[in-house]
Amino acid sequence: MPYIPHTEEETRAMLDIVGVRTLDDLFADISPDMRPKSFSLPAGLSEMEVCSRLDSLAAANHTNVVSFLGAGFYDHHIPKAVDALSSRGEFLTAYTPYQPEVSQGTLQAIFEFQTAVCRLLDMDAANASVYDGGSALFEAGMMAFRQTRRRKLVIDECVNPIWRVMLSTYTANQHCEIVIVPHKNGTSDKAALKAAVDRDCAAVMVQNPGFFGSLDDYTELFTHARSQGALGVISVYPVMQSVLKTPGEMGADIAVADGQELGMPLSFGGPYLGLMACRRELVRQMPGRIAGRTHDVDGKTGYVLTLQAREQHIRRSKATSNICSNQALCALRALIHMSLLGPEGLSRTAELGMENLRRALDRLTSIPGVTMLNDAPFGNEAAIVLPMSAYELADRLTRKGYVPGFPVGNYYKNMDNVLLVTCTEKHSREQIGILCEMMASELRGGM
Amino acid sequence: MKTLFEQSCPGRVGVIPRKPGKRASDMLSASLLRRETPRLPELSELDVVRHFTGLSRLNYSVDGNFYPLGSCTMKYNAKFMEYAAGLSGFTALHPLMAQLRGAGHYTQGALQVIWELEQQLCEITGMKAFTLQPMAGANGEFTGVMLIAAYHRDKGNRKTKIIIPDSAHGTNPASATLAGYDVVNIPSRDGIIDPEELEAVLDDEVAALMMTCPNTLGLFENNLPHIVEKLRRVDALLYYDGANMNAIMGKMRVGDVGFDVVHLNLHKTFGTPHGGGGPGSGPVGVSERLIPFLPVSRVEKQQDGSFVLSYDKPKSIGYIAPFYGNFGVFLKAYAYILRLGGEGLRRASEYAVLNANYLRRKLEHTLNIPHERLCMHEFVASAPEGLRALDIAKAMLDRGVHAPTVYFPLIVPECLMFEPTETENKETLDELVSLLEEIIKTGRENPQALLDAPVHTPVRRLDETAAARRMILTEDMAE
Amino acid sequence: MSNPTNLLYAESHEWVRVEGEEAVLGITDHAQHALGDITYVELPAVGDSLAAGQEMGVVESVKAASDLYSPVAGEVIAVNETLNDTPELVNQSPYDQGWMVRVKLAAQPAGLLSAADYEKLCQE
Repeated sequence: MPYIPHTEEETRAMLDIVGVRTLDDLFADISPDMRPKSFSLPAGLSEMEVCSRLDSLAAANHTNVVSFLGAGFYDHHIPKAVDALSSRGEFLTAYTPYQPEVSQGTLQAIFEFQTAVCRLLDMDAANASVYDGGSALFEAGMMAFRQTRRRKLVIDECVNPIWRVMLSTYTANQHCEIVIVPHKNGTSDKAALKAAVDRDCAAVMVQNPGFFGSLDDYTELFTHARSQGALGVISVYPVMQSVLKTPGEMGADIAVADGQELGMPLSFGGPYLGLMACRRELVRQMPGRIAGRTHDVDGKTGYVLTLQAREQHIRRSKATSNICSNQALCALRALIHMSLLGPEGLSRTAELGMENLRRALDRLTSIPGVTMLNDAPFGNEAAIVLPMSAYELADRLTRKGYVPGFPVGNYYKNMDNVLLVTCTEKHSREQIGILCEMMASELRGGM
Repeated sequence: MKTLFEQSCPGRVGVIPRKPGKRASDMLSASLLRRETPRLPELSELDVVRHFTGLSRLNYSVDGNFYPLGSCTMKYNAKFMEYAAGLSGFTALHPLMAQLRGAGHYTQGALQVIWELEQQLCEITGMKAFTLQPMAGANGEFTGVMLIAAYHRDKGNRKTKIIIPDSAHGTNPASATLAGYDVVNIPSRDGIIDPEELEAVLDDEVAALMMTCPNTLGLFENNLPHIVEKLRRVDALLYYDGANMNAIMGKMRVGDVGFDVVHLNLHKTFGTPHGGGGPGSGPVGVSERLIPFLPVSRVEKQQDGSFVLSYDKPKSIGYIAPFYGNFGVFLKAYAYILRLGGEGLRRASEYAVLNANYLRRKLEHTLNIPHERLCMHEFVASAPEGLRALDIAKAMLDRGVHAPTVYFPLIVPECLMFEPTETENKETLDELVSLLEEIIKTGRENPQALLDAPVHTPVRRLDETAAARRMILTEDMAE
Repeated sequence: MSNPTNLLYAESHEWVRVEGEEAVLGITDHAQHALGDITYVELPAVGDSLAAGQEMGVVESVKAASDLYSPVAGEVIAVNETLNDTPELVNQSPYDQGWMVRVKLAAQPAGLLSAADYEKLCQE
């Protein structure tokens, strides 16, 4: 049997020591009426057979396309050293670092990850990561509930709609109120957000860049929130964050992000990781694993999981969260990725995407009938309005090997003609040229 | 080791893209930009490679060490699973590609993996349907309890509490609370649920009982049929924490014996690597009556054999993951299940239980083992009189073996919990036995030696009190 | 350390020093000893009103956390803010520098133990 090393003789000898005759005798506690009614799984396969089955399943996906699809999840170049280092068995096959003396590799990496996240987001403290950007947003809301002892969240409709659905799923039994402030043509309605933040509000939640790609400055909104005793929560995109005004500079209390674009392949939706950072005063409200620096009995520097008394294995039903892990390997990948790119590499990545998008939009908006959704500033993603269904256009071009962007109509009412276009450093001038030509010819023919 | 930030040298670069034609300040107004670039490390590729290779050497891992950590199922993680998850036909697939045409036209291979893995898990557990969305075990527990809540709400049942045995994992009460329930704890007797204690707290307001079976003491719940019947009487559901699934594959299916919800841990039972704490995956299986409430999207198989995503489930609780769950982890578990097949999975459980019982018998005279009966895939022991579990654990680290789980479950004093898993051979188990005998002997003759352990590890015992009081959580909090 | 006889004690291991209309609260030597090295103390806010037996905060050590219950009813008029930075005072001086909360009493304390009765409780 694969991965079971016992020989027949060894099995026999071991059964004798245990004092039973057969392997099945070990399960005497499970009475006959409790045995499986069926267990008809196919026979096992050789390693070669499994690999070739997976090869053909992988080939059944359309990945051989040029894609301008983003919407929060981006295809960046991942340096090959990220795979080489993160796949080392010492990282890959270790457990949560419960025995710090033999887990310093994982623990120091978490400490460095926390530092890198804080410096990127310009916040005081970070945790070792949570599942993804959506669960990070939810946990930020729970932090705000605990800190303010209020039960209302005000959230901008420009926050990723997928995460907003997660937020309402996760808080369904929390006896809280979630107020969604409608977007204004793809940008934040800051006056309405401000008006919604009152003395019952636990936190106001915004996203920069917003889901439609627009950039904004939320300093004033967060100042207002503070005056009402509410927290300011902001969700950001890590790569764009290397150039954009920081959550810290805006005066946010909690900053979150999906860390996918820091070295995680798209992988059909996961595993990714949620970044989570906050001001120092809120550290004890932060859920999840946190590493801290200390020293051993000889005075040597070392790292441990700390502030564990907040966690479920000690606090049980009173824990800050039920989370009992982090996305450790993803956090390690993000850290390696950030170390290889450094500040210059990350900003270049952001800037190349921005430059490419401007190149694309110059040409796309010269196609008759194609306009920008709004005139707000943007980074490497922006929404355009088409003279036809964006879903239909995306479908036609995808068949020809080009995915022109994401049609937002499934998530926003009356926006069936709106297409969200993303560029990254991976797009060439030529690819952008072809996209524009294909779109122009499709729209001429389709009108 | 020096941190990355201590090694940083301004101007040094690793793997960076070409220089852009325009900088951010050429494209955006200064009021939208950060004042200075983030102070991330500036290093060469070799600096980075040396650093992380160095860090990796400070870790114990399944690849390098026997890791009998109870309740964590640290079995060998087969290398070919990494190949499966690394195929570019999967890694390059954007999750929103599935929403472009015909709800899945461009992602048939990925949807087939999801659908088939759900079917495999249904057959393994006897449940009627699975969702793969939960991103870890605790996330699966939360999902399961939310499903239970949705079921009762739909039926108009007024339910306020969930019963949890005192031996349960701490995540159970935390998840139940997060899902809006009050937690009622019941004590166990002889290591298993006491039907009388259960009877005493059971009333119409009980939504469910959350159970781990075999429980965290490694014991099978003999009263199971009895418990199922009691809960049915008050329309309470039965939740199975699949943390210990590695003990019962092919021996019992939780669906057959009356459980309504189960969460599995692909990173335990199905051999996907733990990665130092994640990513995991915590699929949730349900009985017929809970199917309408499962998270969306659902993958469905069409008559022509193709697969589509369906969102049209009006009673669904919503989204647990942003998309379909930790897909990269599914690929590994799917490959593992194909590789082993039904017979291989059954054997895995049989040998996991054999290894645990063998070790238990061999350690009977060395440690105090409180429950004189066959265990399942793990067992708990108490440190012998006068010795502490923690010191024994630290002494094991000095001898190249990862420690068992200590001080869990909370109800056993000076507790050491061993789970050897099926992938360890007899010599490794025998070596552990002699090593523990030697440690106990040392502890009796020279107690200080145990208190001083470990001495051969990269660092010795760390001051956790100082860490919690001083709270140095980043390089910048270090001053 | 013996328990001062001028204090009253709760079964949940808090002590009370009544000073006219006010009372000072903390945790007992027995409690600090059981918790081990205390790393954090979470206290109520000034102005909070407490019912007798109500949860008012948490004391944490590395491996444990214990809820604090107010043994008396009243309004919080001061908290010991030095515990934010030096929670170890609760270990070092539980009855003096490690005090936690000062309340303005809403009613005279009831149902509390004498030092002798509390010691008996701890020995059980």
